[in-house]
Amino acid sequence: MNFNATLIGQSLAFIVFVWFCMKFVWPPIMTALAHRKERIAEGLAAADRGKHEQELAQKKATQKLHEAKQQAAEIISRAEKRAAEIIEEAKGEAHEEADRIKVAAKAELDQEINRAKEALRGQVVEIATAGAGRILKRELDKTANDELIKDLVAQI
Amino acid sequence: MAAAPETSAEYIKHHLTNLTFGQHPDGHWGFAHSMQEAAEMGFWAINVDSMLFSVGLGVLFLWGFRKAAKTATAGVPGGWQNFVEWVVEFIDQSVRGSFSGKNPLVGPLALTIFIWIFLMNLMDLIPVDWLPAVAGLAGVGHLKVVSSTDPNVTFGLSLSVFVLVLYYSIKMKGVGGFLGELAFQPFPKFLAPVNLVLEGVTLIAKPVSLSLRLFGNMYAGEMIFILIALMYGGGLALGAFGGLLQLGWAIFHILIITLQAFIFMTLTIVYLDMACQEHH
Repeated sequence: MNFNATLIGQSLAFIVFVWFCMKFVWPPIMTALAHRKERIAEGLAAADRGKHEQELAQKKATQKLHEAKQQAAEIISRAEKRAAEIIEEAKGEAHEEADRIKVAAKAELDQEINRAKEALRGQVVEIATAGAGRILKRELDKTANDELIKDLVAQI
Repeated sequence: MAAAPETSAEYIKHHLTNLTFGQHPDGHWGFAHSMQEAAEMGFWAINVDSMLFSVGLGVLFLWGFRKAAKTATAGVPGGWQNFVEWVVEFIDQSVRGSFSGKNPLVGPLALTIFIWIFLMNLMDLIPVDWLPAVAGLAGVGHLKVVSSTDPNVTFGLSLSVFVLVLYYSIKMKGVGGFLGELAFQPFPKFLAPVNLVLEGVTLIAKPVSLSLRLFGNMYAGEMIFILIALMYGGGLALGAFGGLLQLGWAIFHILIITLQAFIFMTLTIVYLDMACQEHH
């Protein structure tokens, strides 16, 4: 253990090293660390904000969905109502149409009947005339006459 | 083992001798060939191996950390940068925990002390014969690889710290305040001489204990490595046992070298904190 100038050399080296470290090593690293801290804090804050926003958006979306469902239900119910109305209307129109057709058919039927009646009447007249002609030819035969009339009546 | 056949005592002595350059008593300059010759050179000699390794390791430390500091950004750090930042943050935490004031010097000082001492201690883990053997091949007689086993190195550190302690004591409290602190406590004023002796011893004990603790630990550790290395000359069985012992001691020593570096750093911070703070 003998002391010599190494002591001084060592101290000088130490001072130079500390000076260098203080000047060129410590500050940049501490600055970088501080900046990184800031950035991480910012990032965390941003993440929090994002989460919050996402929650809000989700809430909004749920609300929108709810509204949409409600609207859809409303539209469906309105459509159903409208459909029922249309069906009712159609039914009414159909009834009216049926009545009209019925009336028309009845009218036609009546016409047909009348026409048939007319025709029948004509034929009766003809038959009657023919019968009368025959009766006139065979006046004597009363029974025959009666028979003829029965026959005639049966024809009518 | 060293090439020349030698006794155990010679082997140990050889390993504990610094490569000292200085003026021989007869007037010419050169390397000392033994501890005694080194002692005869007086104060104006220099331990070339201690200076070489300590300065080399210090430059290595500053180069590595400077590299990381230059590229340090707030972005994602790479592997080395990450490690450097981790170390710096650890030191910063220690400084914040022990040093109450604000001083731009204390952080870098603590970092330098910690890493530098750690690196110097780390040389202890290199098997004791490797580097001296290589140096022997190159014609260099002595080589002490672990700078922190040289009291010149540890005292160089602790005395520098002591100067800082004195500087801050006087700067923060004034000469009067500092002397008052030494003289007027812990006992009342009329016992000033007793106080002065007590506080004076406390003050002087700071650098002495700081350096001797590191020196003693590392010297003892190195000595044990040397003793274990001696066993390699004692046959196969003893050699194998020695290898096992060396492994165990080296693993245990990892703890010691880190702890010693940390203690030196922490005590430096505490001493500076005491220097900057008013006593009550």
